[in-house]
Amino acid sequence: MNRVKRTLAPYLLVLPGGLWLLLFFVVPMVTMLSLSLQQGDIINGYRFTGHWQNYVDAITDYRAQMIRSLVYGLVTTVALVVMSFPIAYWIAFYGGKKKSTYLFLLLLPFFVSFVLRTISWRQILTDDGMLLHPLKEAGLLSPGFHVLGTSYAVIFGLIYNFLPFMVLPIYVALERIDPRVVEAARDLYAAPMTVFRKVIFPLALPGVFAGVLMTFVPASSDYVNSAVLGSSGTTMIGQVIQAQALANSNYPMASALSFFLMAVLLSGILVYAKALGTEDVMNAAAR
Amino acid sequence: MSTSPPHHAVTATSATGERTGHPAIEFVGVRKDYLSHGEAVPAVKSLDLAIAQGEFFSLLGPSGCGKTTTMRMIAGFEEPTTGKVYLDGSDVTNVSANKRDVNMVFQSYALFPHLNVLQNVSFGLERKRVGKSEIKRRVGEILEIVSLTGMEKRHPKEMSGGQQQRVALARALVNHPRALLLDEPLGALDLKLRQQMQIELKRIQREVGITFVYVTHDQGEALTMSDRIAVMNAGLIEQLGTPREIYEKPATRFVAGFIGTSNIVEGLISRVENGCAVLDLGQGERIVAPVPASVQAGRTVEVSVRPEKIDLHRTPPQATGSVLSGTVTEVVYHGTSTNYTVVTSAGSDFVVFDQNAHDAEDVASRGERVFLTWAPQHSYPIGV
Repeated sequence: MNRVKRTLAPYLLVLPGGLWLLLFFVVPMVTMLSLSLQQGDIINGYRFTGHWQNYVDAITDYRAQMIRSLVYGLVTTVALVVMSFPIAYWIAFYGGKKKSTYLFLLLLPFFVSFVLRTISWRQILTDDGMLLHPLKEAGLLSPGFHVLGTSYAVIFGLIYNFLPFMVLPIYVALERIDPRVVEAARDLYAAPMTVFRKVIFPLALPGVFAGVLMTFVPASSDYVNSAVLGSSGTTMIGQVIQAQALANSNYPMASALSFFLMAVLLSGILVYAKALGTEDVMNAAAR
Repeated sequence: MSTSPPHHAVTATSATGERTGHPAIEFVGVRKDYLSHGEAVPAVKSLDLAIAQGEFFSLLGPSGCGKTTTMRMIAGFEEPTTGKVYLDGSDVTNVSANKRDVNMVFQSYALFPHLNVLQNVSFGLERKRVGKSEIKRRVGEILEIVSLTGMEKRHPKEMSGGQQQRVALARALVNHPRALLLDEPLGALDLKLRQQMQIELKRIQREVGITFVYVTHDQGEALTMSDRIAVMNAGLIEQLGTPREIYEKPATRFVAGFIGTSNIVEGLISRVENGCAVLDLGQGERIVAPVPASVQAGRTVEVSVRPEKIDLHRTPPQATGSVLSGTVTEVVYHGTSTNYTVVTSAGSDFVVFDQNAHDAEDVASRGERVFLTWAPQHSYPIGV
């Protein structure tokens, strides 16, 4: 009896979470997949017909938005790695006793709603806002100069909104590096830049990897930043999906676009993981 | 950067790493303060020390005595607040760690977790831009010395503590440093392995002929392995000498207590005869200790005597040296010896190690009245 209990215990523990996932992840996924292959309209209803044309339409009609989203996501992610590493490095190695304070400060703005924060940036970046107005008055910028509505504004918003999701994993990886290992590298004749290149960066890679996953995927499929800070010229795939699902009630198209986006992101990440040798990186850090 | 210490007449430092007439490592008037809550706290108060070429030198002391700080100043991880550090005669006080020709074996080994054994051991040579074939030769050679041949592709996490320890040793030694610094390198190993590694380290040091500076709080380890030991306490060297000198002739009460077990008695010198001070304690009890001619009757001295030098008698003995009487309060059998604790008539606890070379009947039992005797030369007056 005891043996049976012991064997069953892990499964019983997984049960609540497992049911949750089944109900709210697997079921919707299957529904969505089925939806993406349906045909019809909102008045007469949609029926499953294995209509592959939805995917063909999705790819041909919205190729530009898809590519733009991936480019925005990529630029955002690269900028985030470059910006976050020094922040995480500084907090991890020079934060001293105030480390948690700095991390808290980093997260503080994120207690405010995502949409609200993005809207406030709109106020700041607007043509006659607090940032551009004084510069234009001083004659440093031409009166016609604007930021809002450009790709820059959208990418800027994405970087701002996803910063902590890059800083935190890199910080955690850096924090776990044994300071003696860094000293050992110095002791073995490595100059400061070499210590960074040969020891600190490789050991922080798992954090960078996690950070990239946590930012590239949501940044590429984001629909708020472009809607608030962009214009019709910056439309991202997330906005298209939102419009198809909510405005046009074209559920099959929205589903097909979502699945296509998911496939693109997944394959991108798999290639990325392969290139970086995740297995090795993760193992090295796990020790 | 390469000025010679003031008291050396000749500067003979050579860039090629040839051995010179200078000490391998030298501290001149070094002090190191740490800032703690805005206040300077000394870790090393005053240090003047010369470590000879090829010496196995130990820094021994309790935690917080300044031994690790001293070692870190040799490695270049700490800069002295005042004073100078010389390596092979050249001033390295302000030279950064990566430019110093010394290597360190860390307590936790600090191996690079993302590199395999070969990459770990080659790290230093690669930084020094040594040729590929030369690296291969030297790494192969050192891995053989530390018996790790065939493990080149392993990662640190796939190795036992003892193996990691040897990788750390190889990673440092392969560079042929002027000195090898070892920071409690055996602390994490179990007793058997530790004893084995002690012998191994000594053998390797003989083979490579490099100066070893060994930091430890384990007096047994220091006594077994070292040519010389500096016993440190509270930021100062209490005594510097060979293991035998340190053990047999402790210079301070701290050394007497820290190294092995000592029985210490304090008393007034009644008279000085034949170069020996006699402390008369009444009722035939006395302590006899050799003292320098300058010591006169009437002053107080502390005399230390090692437990294994003391003989235990059940009947009043006819002895020329020291004699004390007391009552046995504790008998602990240790296999090779039996340890007795005896409370003397003066009220102090004495520890006596009695070799179990004789019959079991000779063992005194608890509560028994016994006499302790030892030869004059085994009394050692502290700080006289």
